[in-house]
Amino acid sequence: MNSPLLETSSDAPTPAPVVISAKDVSKRFVVRKDNALKERLVTMGKLGRQHRQEFWALRDIDITIEAGTTVGLIGHNGSGKSTLLKVIGGIIQPTTGTVSRRGRMAALLELGAGFHPDLTGRENVFLNASILGLTRKETEDRFDDILSFSGIGDFIDTQVKFYSSGMYVRLAFSVAVHTEPDVLLVDEVLAVGDEAFQRKCLDKIRSFQEEGRTIILVSHSLGQVTELCDRAILLNRGEIEFDGNAHQAVTAFRNILEERRVEEAAAASPDVVVHEGHVLGATVHAVGKAIGDPVLPGDDLRIVMTFDHDDKLNDWIGALQIDNASGQVVYGTKNSLMDVRLPPLSGPVSLEYIIHNVTFGSGKYFVNASLLDSALRHVHDMPQACTFNVPFYPLATGTVHAEPTLRVLDAAAHQASAV
Amino acid sequence: MTASKDSPDARTARFRRLASVPLDTIGSRSRPLAGAWTSIREIGDQKEMLGLLVRRDLKARYKDSALGFLWSLIRPITQLIIYYVVVGKFLGAARGIPDFAIYIFTGLTAYTLFSEIVASSTASIIGNAGLIKKIYLPREIFPLASVGSASFNFLIQLAILVVAAVVVGSQPLSLDLLYFFPSVMVLLVYATALGLLMSALNVYLRDVQYLIEVALMVLMWASPIVYTWSMVRDILGNGILLNIYTSNPITLSVLGFQQAFWTAGEGTPFPDNLLLRLAVTLVVGVVLLFVSQRVFSRLQGNFAQEL
Ligand SMILES: Nc1ncnc2c1ncn2[C@@H]1O[C@H](COP(=O)(O)OP(=O)(O)OP(=O)(O)O)[C@@H](O)[C@H]1O
Ligand SMILES: [Mg+2]
Repeated sequence: MNSPLLETSSDAPTPAPVVISAKDVSKRFVVRKDNALKERLVTMGKLGRQHRQEFWALRDIDITIEAGTTVGLIGHNGSGKSTLLKVIGGIIQPTTGTVSRRGRMAALLELGAGFHPDLTGRENVFLNASILGLTRKETEDRFDDILSFSGIGDFIDTQVKFYSSGMYVRLAFSVAVHTEPDVLLVDEVLAVGDEAFQRKCLDKIRSFQEEGRTIILVSHSLGQVTELCDRAILLNRGEIEFDGNAHQAVTAFRNILEERRVEEAAAASPDVVVHEGHVLGATVHAVGKAIGDPVLPGDDLRIVMTFDHDDKLNDWIGALQIDNASGQVVYGTKNSLMDVRLPPLSGPVSLEYIIHNVTFGSGKYFVNASLLDSALRHVHDMPQACTFNVPFYPLATGTVHAEPTLRVLDAAAHQASAV
Repeated sequence: MTASKDSPDARTARFRRLASVPLDTIGSRSRPLAGAWTSIREIGDQKEMLGLLVRRDLKARYKDSALGFLWSLIRPITQLIIYYVVVGKFLGAARGIPDFAIYIFTGLTAYTLFSEIVASSTASIIGNAGLIKKIYLPREIFPLASVGSASFNFLIQLAILVVAAVVVGSQPLSLDLLYFFPSVMVLLVYATALGLLMSALNVYLRDVQYLIEVALMVLMWASPIVYTWSMVRDILGNGILLNIYTSNPITLSVLGFQQAFWTAGEGTPFPDNLLLRLAVTLVVGVVLLFVSQRVFSRLQGNFAQEL
């Protein structure tokens, strides 16, 4: 498969125009705890202030997005991703700052795309397509495509309130991608589709990329983000923490998540000192080579991880996991799988894992080290504790290395020989 | 993949086209007059959408019922019969008012248009929360769709009224029929103005919905629908009070409707200069509609987050 990302950078005869530009965008929400007239009157004036809670969901967001790019928006729950997408879509107004845009826009914001529950799928398709800017005639022309892409078949004449959430999203996505948008906003909707449909959507997104459409994607699937996006924006508590290369954004995000997990764990049980256990560090190299040297297929991989515990931890587990650059798990093991019981952890201990005869495909790999207790709860994780590289192998792609050979067979002869 | 062959061209063409359109700033606030004009244009661009929403309202209403659309006929006919039999015959009000059933049905037809627009517009923004939170549309089209579906029901009721008038024997074809047009305009303009305003306020304060219910009940009895204008005049006299009573736009429209369709009431007293009063009221109404739209567009910026 040829990568649409490469095409973007190499041969772009027309410079990509800016399609979205947000300047100093901030959004403040005021949350009131009273919604009825009586309460509102009672709590008017000074008292009313106490019943209001102000909250900045977005702060000083500055972004410029050129046509043809696919941008991932990542961040923890409540970091403002959906809010930013809604501001870009013009659905909510920013408190300060401006958003400018050009071109036709279609938005798929959190579950559902504004269907009317009492109407049938067919009626909703027309309604929705009209909202997204298609005339009746255009919708009629595309109706069959929309229906076949959605794959919901005869259910098209059923009221959408009887749809499953996957069917709902299938239809919504199908309508949105058939309205010829220049800019497509997608907020986590793909997650509810089944695997076949997700694949179809990703393919559609890829052809959108080729056609120079712009896609802004909110996703918690970091693998998807690194795979699809040329650029990722990491939001943290309403501010842009990182904006740039998708892999780097994902790495930065993992660090934030780990920090938060630690904070939350500490907040959840303040009496107990949670972080008695630590992963102190890890190193990786091929046996017989130095740290940092490329790892070749057939090498034995040596991973040394150091753990510590302030008190004493019986029955502990030191786990390792190897991820590829897009966040996919490639390999993982731990002593419990290997039926090895470790002596109680009460001071620094290093474990040496040797992984024999590895055959990783080319690319960069990350080793995550984890300390688990006997119930498999994570006591401490060190994501991307160390990394190694497998040199470029021109004959194949993927996460597994294997040598290919090729022969052209005469089909008739082949069939005859197979029988 | 077939698309990939011509995609570099598609890509370049798209970039060229995009580069040629200006970047526009969304949601920028502008001066009132220009703002109103922009809103009207935006709504105009969504005519088709408006039609679909009206149809959706009508369809969704009777979606799961066996008789479906027939209900929009059955309701007003039943109403007509009840008023004719119970109020007209049993209670004896008919003795004072000729063709009482037609009289009352005329007033009700006018009033139902008003009340249905106001009530359903008020609920329209909240009722369409699902759409508003997901998609940007000029939000005025939701109250306007309520106006549309109420108008549709009104046309049905009007048809019944005309048929009933012919059946009862009064000949509705006269020059007085012209009263219908300014009257219906006044109703539409005032109901739309009120509906727009209330739909926006209702988002911030859900009590508005209930307040409107009560207000609509009061308004119905404040207009000469089941009684006549002359009865009010007999009690209030010809002074300022009667003038205030008569200036109520709904009262004026109801009177206009009665002039047009209730031919049996030829000799009954009506206020002077009804046409002129309707015209003035209409002008005031248009100004109110403008103000209400401005308020609406101020408030609508926060709809998506308040719903
Ligand atoms: N309409 C609203 N009124 C008040 N607060 C809101 C509103 N919408 C969002 N918020 C607040 O703004 C913050 C950001 O919300 P947002 O939905 O953008 O998060 P998110 O990044 O999309 O999270 P998730 O990953 O869970 O989807 C949250 O704290 C949320 O409570
Ligand atoms: Mg969200």
